[in-house]
Amino acid sequence: MVIFFEKFARLSLKSTFIWSLCPQYSTALTTVGRALIVRSSQLIQHRYVHSRGLGASPANPGAAPPRLPFSRVTQEVLAFFRTLLPGRTITDPDLLKSSNVDWLKTVEGNSEVLLRPKTTEEVSQILRHCSERNLAVCPQGGNTGLVGGSVPVFDEIILSTSLMNQVITFDNISGILTCQAGCVLENLSNYLEERDFIMPLDLGAKGSCHIGGNVSTNAGGLRLLRYGSLRGTVLGLEVVLADGRILKCLATLRKDNTGYDLKQLFIGSEGTLGVITAVSILCPRKPKAVNVAFLGCSSFQQLLETFQYCRGMLGEILSAFEFLDASCMSLLEKHLKLTNPITESPFYIVIETAGSNATHDEEKLHQFLEEVMTSSLVTDGTVATEATKIKALWSLRERVTEALTHEGYTYKYDISLPVEKIYDLVQDMRGHLGDMAKNVVGYGHVGDGNLHLNITSPSKDPALLAAIEPYVYEWTSEWKGSISAEHGLGLKKRNYIYYSKPSEAVALMGMHTHSSEHTHTP
Amino acid sequence: MHRSSEVKHVASYLNTRGCECFGQPCESHCPVLTDRTIHVQLKTFIKIRVKPDRTGVVTDGVKHSMNPFCEIAVEEAIKLKEKKLVKEVVAVSCGPQQVQETIRTALAMGADRGIHVEVSGKDYETLGPLQVSKIFAALAKKEQADLIILGKQAIDDDCNQTGQMIAALLDWPQGTFASEMTLEADKMKVVREVDGGLETIKIKLPAVVTADLRLNTPRYATLPNIMKAKKKKIANVKPADLGVDVCSRLEVLKVDEPPQRQAGVKVETVDDLVGKLKEAGRV
Repeated sequence: MVIFFEKFARLSLKSTFIWSLCPQYSTALTTVGRALIVRSSQLIQHRYVHSRGLGASPANPGAAPPRLPFSRVTQEVLAFFRTLLPGRTITDPDLLKSSNVDWLKTVEGNSEVLLRPKTTEEVSQILRHCSERNLAVCPQGGNTGLVGGSVPVFDEIILSTSLMNQVITFDNISGILTCQAGCVLENLSNYLEERDFIMPLDLGAKGSCHIGGNVSTNAGGLRLLRYGSLRGTVLGLEVVLADGRILKCLATLRKDNTGYDLKQLFIGSEGTLGVITAVSILCPRKPKAVNVAFLGCSSFQQLLETFQYCRGMLGEILSAFEFLDASCMSLLEKHLKLTNPITESPFYIVIETAGSNATHDEEKLHQFLEEVMTSSLVTDGTVATEATKIKALWSLRERVTEALTHEGYTYKYDISLPVEKIYDLVQDMRGHLGDMAKNVVGYGHVGDGNLHLNITSPSKDPALLAAIEPYVYEWTSEWKGSISAEHGLGLKKRNYIYYSKPSEAVALMGMHTHSSEHTHTP
Repeated sequence: MHRSSEVKHVASYLNTRGCECFGQPCESHCPVLTDRTIHVQLKTFIKIRVKPDRTGVVTDGVKHSMNPFCEIAVEEAIKLKEKKLVKEVVAVSCGPQQVQETIRTALAMGADRGIHVEVSGKDYETLGPLQVSKIFAALAKKEQADLIILGKQAIDDDCNQTGQMIAALLDWPQGTFASEMTLEADKMKVVREVDGGLETIKIKLPAVVTADLRLNTPRYATLPNIMKAKKKKIANVKPADLGVDVCSRLEVLKVDEPPQRQAGVKVETVDDLVGKLKEAGRV
């Protein structure tokens, strides 16, 4: 890994859209969260040297790079915004506070302006204005991101989608929903459930996250196993580019092979290529029968074998396969007073089935449960078919993140690995960190090969961080895993992209952002 | 002679009407949901729809499950058995074929055997506390039960009558809204939740007790027990066999949804707010 960094040359300001990697300058990629750093038709190139990075050091690799020479907000600019968005241009520091800090309370910016547009046209005018005056903008949805990408790094203008919360259309034959980017995921779920459909994704942050943010970060979640990722379910996007141009690709078609699929670039781009203002998404029918089983396994190997059986016997009705370890359970019991429904085990599995016929599904589920019980793959378990109990069992998995916040400072790692290796990383980290860490827990979407590794210490500890990083990334890289399965890069992980992507790929990403704006650079 | 050794049967009535919260937020009708499901978004889990002919609510395709208060009753019965204060726990439910599933859940929690009183079709739609209490009184005599525990009320009709009616028909003492029950020799000490606080009474057995929210936290039925429950017996009985007429004395005239809640109005500034308040004549 060190070899790449030695090639990096000095920083020089050029015309790039955001941080980009341009091979002719051999620069490193720095992703400053979802901040759209726009320079009036000039793009800025960041050079970032990992070990000698500007603003970063081995002890604090996630630290922000220095502020680039963007303009500052003036009274004239404020006046423009106040005319454009009367009553929706916020400058009160108390109101700005919550938008300047991320959900984990680990990253804080100092923006002085928060804008709340209601329409795509307003977003377009804001971005054009900022682009002309070289003002940096930070798009913000529900501010639930975990990598420090949703809040300003410095004094970027925050562009919030919270008032863009209208459903545009819903077709109950095709199941295609079109809505503005600021719709809260849970509200969309409720809207659809009344019409006998559901959103194809579900995550713990559903009460606050916006669909635009979900798409920008290509959120995964609990239903990915069954319905696939947003790359498959999003049918169209309306995006406002940095210079204010509106890209209207809000198709509501399942099939459209006319040219390059541009929306795929924006999905997962974390707001670096444009601000998503509307989404059209394909929604599945609401299942008539949902069952949840909560099982205990005595070893990770048995957990994996249970997964095999699950796939085989539940197959088409399986909609989620999640796991958590004994340390997670004890934190849930300690901080949230939740009760373990079964006997204590080293590993717990949450299995959800969703189908169109309750009797059939229950039969399949009971056959599966009988099989895994009699073969002793599973040591204990319980089943829920009724809504209250289902929610209670799910909360054991969904609230682990919350329980961890009570332990002090959490170091979060969202890793994709070959399924057999998932728990090896947790055990290895425990051994490697020893007493430095208070807790080392593992949980996550084991069905998708995605581990959420969390380490806690009573307070932020640079020595602990240095012991964790880059060890965890090197470990991941060794097994060809991803250092950020679904959380994205944001501010905190921007420097680690090399652990999961070859330099040629990163170069191409940079070239793209470079060229996509060059067409309208004078 | 200690009465406790003679306590043979504890019949636990399970109301298995649908978990329908009649269009109102669950927290007001189903406090058990508030209490046991921590951090759950408190809203109706099942959308309640009134039938077009306004004779009732739509129950087709709605998932039915054990009444939460009755679950607490089952849990208490099993606790008594675990303390060796009772010999046998019998779970009873009245209704169509589907109630067998609910009885199985009780068996999986630890009940010894079940009785399914078959009532279906039109009779089931009009089945209410009076008929159920008659069935129960007859069963209690037949099974020679010493203690009947049931939920204080069903969360679909909120009648809160069945327990009281059973006691009246059998001329047994009753301890309703129990948040604590302790067997002391041949008497049951019951702490009741009443409007003014807590009332402690002692009632002689045989007796009827209805369970309130804070009596206990029901256990989850674990897989090994679910497997064992499959082998436990569920007897089939008809109301006629017990000499009970399930004909209803009540006629439902109409069922309506509660009035739609008016949407609030959001204002941008304090001046707007004052203006709107003045318009509405509130200021």
